[in-house]
Amino acid sequence: MTELKERHEITLTVNGETVTRTVEARQHLVDFLRNELQLTGSHLGCEHGVCGACTVRLDGEIVRGCLTLAVQADGAAVETIEGVTETGEIADLQETFVERNALQCGFCTPGMLLTAAELLNAGKPATRAEIRTHLSGNYCRCTGYHAIVDAIETTNNKRLGTK
Amino acid sequence: MADTGNEIIFEQSGSYVGRTLSRPGARRSVMGRGRYTDDIQVARTLHAAFLRSPYAHARILNIDTTAAAAMPGVTRIVTGRELAEHVEPWHGILSSFVGMKSAIQHAMAVDRACWQGEPVAIVVAETRALAEDAVELIEVQWEELTPVVDKETALDAGSPVIHPEMGDNLALRQDIDNGDVDAAFAAADHIIEDSFEFGRHTAVSLESRILVADFDPSTERLTIHTSSQVPHMIKTVFAKLLRMPEHNVRIIAPDVGGSFGLKIHTFGDEVATAALSMILKRPVKFIADRLESFVSDIHAREHRVRGRLALNKDGDILAADIDDLTGVGPYSAYPRTSVFEAVQVINITGGPYKHKNYRAKATVVYLNKVPMSQYRAVGHPIGITVFESLLDQAAVVTGLDPVDIRRRNFMPDDGYPAVTPAGLPANDLSHEACLESLIKRMDYDGLRREQAELREKGIYRGIGLAAFIKGTAPSPVGYYGAGRAPIAAQDATTVSLEPSGAVLCLVGVTEQGQGADTVMAQIAATAIGVPIENVRVISGDTDAVPYGGGTYASRATGIGGEATFQAGRALRAEILRIAGVLLQSEPSTLEVFGGNVVDAANHANIRVTLAEIGRIGHFQLGELPNDVQPELSQTRHFRVKDVPYIYTNGIHGAYVELDPETGFLKLLKHWIVEDCGRVINPNLADEQVRGGAVQGLGGALFEHCIYDDNGQMINATMADYLTPMAGDMPDIDVAHIQTPTSASELGAKGVGESGVGGAPAAVLNAVNDAMMPFQRHITAQPITPQSILKALGKI
Ligand code: FES
Ligand code: FES
Repeated sequence: MTELKERHEITLTVNGETVTRTVEARQHLVDFLRNELQLTGSHLGCEHGVCGACTVRLDGEIVRGCLTLAVQADGAAVETIEGVTETGEIADLQETFVERNALQCGFCTPGMLLTAAELLNAGKPATRAEIRTHLSGNYCRCTGYHAIVDAIETTNNKRLGTK
Repeated sequence: MADTGNEIIFEQSGSYVGRTLSRPGARRSVMGRGRYTDDIQVARTLHAAFLRSPYAHARILNIDTTAAAAMPGVTRIVTGRELAEHVEPWHGILSSFVGMKSAIQHAMAVDRACWQGEPVAIVVAETRALAEDAVELIEVQWEELTPVVDKETALDAGSPVIHPEMGDNLALRQDIDNGDVDAAFAAADHIIEDSFEFGRHTAVSLESRILVADFDPSTERLTIHTSSQVPHMIKTVFAKLLRMPEHNVRIIAPDVGGSFGLKIHTFGDEVATAALSMILKRPVKFIADRLESFVSDIHAREHRVRGRLALNKDGDILAADIDDLTGVGPYSAYPRTSVFEAVQVINITGGPYKHKNYRAKATVVYLNKVPMSQYRAVGHPIGITVFESLLDQAAVVTGLDPVDIRRRNFMPDDGYPAVTPAGLPANDLSHEACLESLIKRMDYDGLRREQAELREKGIYRGIGLAAFIKGTAPSPVGYYGAGRAPIAAQDATTVSLEPSGAVLCLVGVTEQGQGADTVMAQIAATAIGVPIENVRVISGDTDAVPYGGGTYASRATGIGGEATFQAGRALRAEILRIAGVLLQSEPSTLEVFGGNVVDAANHANIRVTLAEIGRIGHFQLGELPNDVQPELSQTRHFRVKDVPYIYTNGIHGAYVELDPETGFLKLLKHWIVEDCGRVINPNLADEQVRGGAVQGLGGALFEHCIYDDNGQMINATMADYLTPMAGDMPDIDVAHIQTPTSASELGAKGVGESGVGGAPAAVLNAVNDAMMPFQRHITAQPITPQSILKALGKI
């Protein structure tokens, strides 16, 4: 337990801003983002790597913020839903989610959007079945997924100019 | 019946009723600006963690907190026995259930734990991590007791009795006996008989239970921020349990990350957290981690049902007879009890059909497992599965198609008002119309042809139907109110015209992402005659909104919507009265339209704007005669009268493919046609139905709280308790038949649970249809590859 409580100084960029903090070795990245930086858009649904509500980007790749330690992000670039909202990278997807009502309680939504962004960024056509498979690490208890698949499919097709 | 005047309101060009509008709350969520309880920072907050019983049934001999209390950062540790001095115990019975028994329950176990997961001690520390560390240092001396884990033997003479003072483990027996069931069975040409097993489920809202309790000793006020569907009930219940004046308790529910009936109950850990805030005079936060959620959230749906159906040779149902046994936890939930589920099972089984001979028995027994109580579509998935499965078996023996046997036995759409087999009044239902719409949307005949062709090629597909009734918008008759529960059976809305001409709308019903706030705005804007952009809805704060029941039992639109409609109409009338004075016109020649007072005749000439009425009504009252006092806030209450529920109806269709070698099941597509009366926002209604259906499908195929013989839940993680993932689920086609309810002017019934109830039955029927060539069938849920292979005799 003592080593877990050991504190380390880390420096990383979060949504483009450099931050330096001293954190406990055991602190998870998502707790760091939520509690230290008040970036509360990333959520905790299970804290054991299953639900995807804590999904954030670490050096461009999506990771589970509840399985990644804050110290592992030392020197890295972290992006959260707040950051990608700011850059406008997924503004079209966000708008389609709202229009299509692809969320209810919204608790899964930030993680879902970042996971969907990965698929959109591939720039390839995707069938509904492929979209569903891609989302299978992100749980949604409210929507039944259909509307989420619709919103991603619509956005992908629009981006590819196929609809 | 909705009068023609209202039809005009709903259909005129300024109406928002029946239109798809997006939710302002959704825009916040997609931008990461949702604000859930865990996102709220209250200065000087301490954090709670609980020591929970590792045993299903054990006596507490001693608790040693010395080492834990000595840990730096630990503020206070309180055991169940100590807490009992600060918190009233509760008794989860309702007087309307004659003969019901339950033991008295404390917020935390006092000298004995009765389920694995029951809170035993609370640690409050500077951080959650420290509180959890300290929990591990508490030493408890336990004496294990024999747990009662099997509902089938819980009433046997030799069974241990969980609460000796009760004499046995029985909570309630309830019977229905209508018509002459024995005579009908004696006269039957065919008798279908089967037994069904349903596994336990739990809600798994993605946001777990959470509260921040903030007691302010200077004013003796307790403010609780919590993820709740029922803020007023929590206020009343917590005030009582914590011995507080009720008006000193304020409950604020910010964004709620899913609830599904989970967040309408009283949980000991939450009460204990609030008590510690009062003891320590500091804010205390508790958030259930996912592992403890599985053993402390409400469970539901553990039932075994035996059913019999009597038919004549033509396929007419003569009688039904069911026997439901359910094993709840060691205590009945407070204040809603743990017996409603069984009562709903016997209430709604066979509800769509016209047979009058119906006998049903519900037996509720206590077990040393997590307490069970209400969860989305309470009891309905069970009753619907039993009856619809028996009916499909009846179709086989009578040589009828599943569509035809339903057509033949449905209560006809022109047969209302009617009485269900259970003797409950039903009105404004549309089974026939829903069925005809469904088979068209499915292309039922086409699917049957495809199924037959593929069978030749060794591909096994199945089609399943399931019709249902769903009790929504409960009235005070026969529901909580009748049993003296402190749960509001009515709801209220206050609408106010602001000086700017905008409208503030305070509603007692609550938002969990289902869209209640948006629907209330649509109704208010329509009823008053203002642009929806000018309506702001406030919900979820007991200091701000009128006392109400909140959201449960699909009541927000049916009850809260009507209160909003009536309040809106009252404000409109008041606006017209004042406009009449100002314009020296007869109010009946005026109308409110598009945020202005216009000539009623053509809705065109703007006579005065609402901003002008607001300005005069609030600021320049001198422009009005002294005897004209503007009343620019209007409150209306609404409750459903005379009938226990506004029943809705609908039908599900499932299309599945089964691999007889592996037992794997593929859900190809799912269809639902339902009748929630007047649809306020089609997109929101559809998504309620879709989301519900997937919850139902999850229960049918994956979800199961699995217990071992010692009463240990052995799959209490999100990795092991399987909920549906995107890749498992089919696309779902949804349509509505709209038969407005005659119980209100708005005509809306509930929609939030219609997807849940019918889905498990439809998929079970589809699986059994696919297995028809093997002459095997399944009656247990969840339906797993193993259970399919077992039924097929492969393992
Ligand atoms: S909270 Fe990280 S996966 Fe669930
Ligand atoms: S919208 Fe509630 S969990 Fe996805």
